[in-house]
Amino acid sequence: MKKSGAEIFLECLKKEKVDTIFGYPGGAVLPIYDVLYKADMRHILVRHEQGAVHMADGYARASGRPGVVLVTSGPGATNTVTGLATAYSDSIPMVVFTGQVPTALIGNDAFQEADIVGITRPCTKHNYLVKDVKDLARIVKEAFYIATTGRPGPVLIDLPKDVQTAVTDFSYPDNVDIPSYQPNLKGHSGQIKKALKLILASERPVIYAGGGVISSNAAAELTSFVRKLGIPVTNTLMGLGGFPGDDPLFMGMLGMHGTYAANMAMTNTDCLIAIGSRFDDRVTGKIDEFVPYAKIIHLDVDPTSISKNVAVDIPIVGDIKNVLKVMLKELTGAAKFKRSIKAWRTEIDGWAATHTLSAKQDKKKKIRPQYVVDRLYALTKGDAIITTEVGQNQMWSAQFYKYKNPRTFLTSGGLGTMGYGLPAAIGAQVAFPEKTVIDIAGDGSIQMNIQELATAVDQKLPVKIAILNNRFLGMVRQWQELFFDKRYSSTCIGNKPDFVKLIEAYGGVGLRAKTPDEVDNVIKQALKITDRPVLMDFVVDATEDVYPMVPAGQPLNKMLLV
Amino acid sequence: MDKGVRHTISVSVVNEFGVLSRIAGLFSGRGFNIESLCVAETLDPKVSRMTIVTTGDDRILEQITKQLNKLVNVIKVYDLTGEEYFERELALIKVNIKQDTRTEILSIVDIFRAKIVDVSPRSYTLEVTGDENKIRAITELLRPFGIKEIVRTGRIALGRSPKAK
Repeated sequence: MKKSGAEIFLECLKKEKVDTIFGYPGGAVLPIYDVLYKADMRHILVRHEQGAVHMADGYARASGRPGVVLVTSGPGATNTVTGLATAYSDSIPMVVFTGQVPTALIGNDAFQEADIVGITRPCTKHNYLVKDVKDLARIVKEAFYIATTGRPGPVLIDLPKDVQTAVTDFSYPDNVDIPSYQPNLKGHSGQIKKALKLILASERPVIYAGGGVISSNAAAELTSFVRKLGIPVTNTLMGLGGFPGDDPLFMGMLGMHGTYAANMAMTNTDCLIAIGSRFDDRVTGKIDEFVPYAKIIHLDVDPTSISKNVAVDIPIVGDIKNVLKVMLKELTGAAKFKRSIKAWRTEIDGWAATHTLSAKQDKKKKIRPQYVVDRLYALTKGDAIITTEVGQNQMWSAQFYKYKNPRTFLTSGGLGTMGYGLPAAIGAQVAFPEKTVIDIAGDGSIQMNIQELATAVDQKLPVKIAILNNRFLGMVRQWQELFFDKRYSSTCIGNKPDFVKLIEAYGGVGLRAKTPDEVDNVIKQALKITDRPVLMDFVVDATEDVYPMVPAGQPLNKMLLV
Repeated sequence: MDKGVRHTISVSVVNEFGVLSRIAGLFSGRGFNIESLCVAETLDPKVSRMTIVTTGDDRILEQITKQLNKLVNVIKVYDLTGEEYFERELALIKVNIKQDTRTEILSIVDIFRAKIVDVSPRSYTLEVTGDENKIRAITELLRPFGIKEIVRTGRIALGRSPKAK
């Protein structure tokens, strides 16, 4: 069957069961937009291409299905770069299509031409320039395969305009054949046996689980492994939700703003079981003093993650779900082991009791941001999908909302992209129209992609935005307070804009709480709105900091506490 | 960058545009060192073979090989260091000649089994093939005569053992 490149694009997406495209039109993608005009495919028109990529990212994180983006050439394409780098850092599956000038003009500095394949090489898992329409179907098939298998990641396909209009026979390949790309998904059985032996011989084991548990859909396996053995768990920022946040074995997040219990357990463990985590510097603190007494087991699908920052004793390369299943099957003596580490658990409970995270609010004082997050948790019964921006809002969201299920906490962990939360919330709401989706934001970050409020209004998406408004770039201000002698250089952004008026101008609902007593009421009102976005402006105490804090370059047990 | 041992790595890649840039970008982006890099098609025109000479300690080399393997276009990575392999480099050297130095230069050419590929009234252009030591030795010997220009291919390598493909 003869089809044009633009029609093939659409057919391929249907074959990949794509239901939504996040995009923004332009000269170099007009043929595709013309095909979309009458196509049975949801297209979410964004207001900035960066928003489109974060929406696809939020959609992917919430649903587990790859996000799809369509933008034009040149500036449309370069505007995707931050979104791609964000998704690449956090291993999020997505396929981004960029228009490109016609092949004959490539390299001629044509209007709206950018070498996007060159630009995005270091921030995509792989990318393609389609030079011949005959390759298009195969490339799309490969792109989805590469994006979603092994360690997932974003893939970009650059589509010159003449390729979109060229006509060829269309057939979608059934299989992918890339001999040079064969991710190892099955863990080595000898290594698995060794790991189990090491675990069962340990006295102070800790599981340190990251985002890999979520991308591998292994939360159920992890939970049953943990409960069988009674091993305390800490999550990385990316791992939150991969193990129930309200489980007694959960110690909270670790690292720079981790809990006292989690960081002390890391410092004292004799057997660290790292699962889908990558020993990021925000997790390890001073690398030479990281887990000084521990043997380390590391499960990861990406061999490059293993022994990159920290040398590992037992590496297991494979898909986490697969490996945990085998481990569960081969596990013997779990009950005895569970009893044997009781003293260790008591020790950890002791640490947890000494320094707890407190969201306590003095009703006569200014609103504490921690209290707002705590109330959001209580009033949504922990069932919302939370997205965050980056900075203090992100850390408080990680500390004070308990994530019971995977894919309910969406945050830019690796790249730390301010402006991620609102578009990600829109993407998640598109994937789950019935769920409560809340972007917990700062008054700085929210302004980085505020234009997407128009998208949410257009699409009648009831995303909730909770601004912890402290009139500062709070996390930077915190560092200046602690490490730069309170010289608040360029971090006071002041009391503007009026966020309530702003969202009203866009066509959404604005609410404000100035005192602790108003917090619950504002949240309750917001939760009732189901047909448009609502913004809650919480005017909070600007002096609140995120604690505990391990200063950069310090070991994990050297925490600054409140 | 940590110095460490020099390694010769053989990399088979899918012969597509942009592959060289991916590999060069990987090295520069992660702060790995490239001493030399050679690339050309193999018997299979869809596959190219790169020989990369780099330095680093064990951990860096482990990362280099893993990161190379992670690239979608990379078929196989083989670190030849630590086993038997042949390594060759070709150099073209333009050296000054005078009436009284010709014979001496010719004898060096002879000893090193080099070839004279061009002669002009004032210079010889030599072609010499060998491992790094040989190229260095002949360069040192010719230097006193005045090397006008030198160009080297960078190293290519082939393992002896059958598995070192």
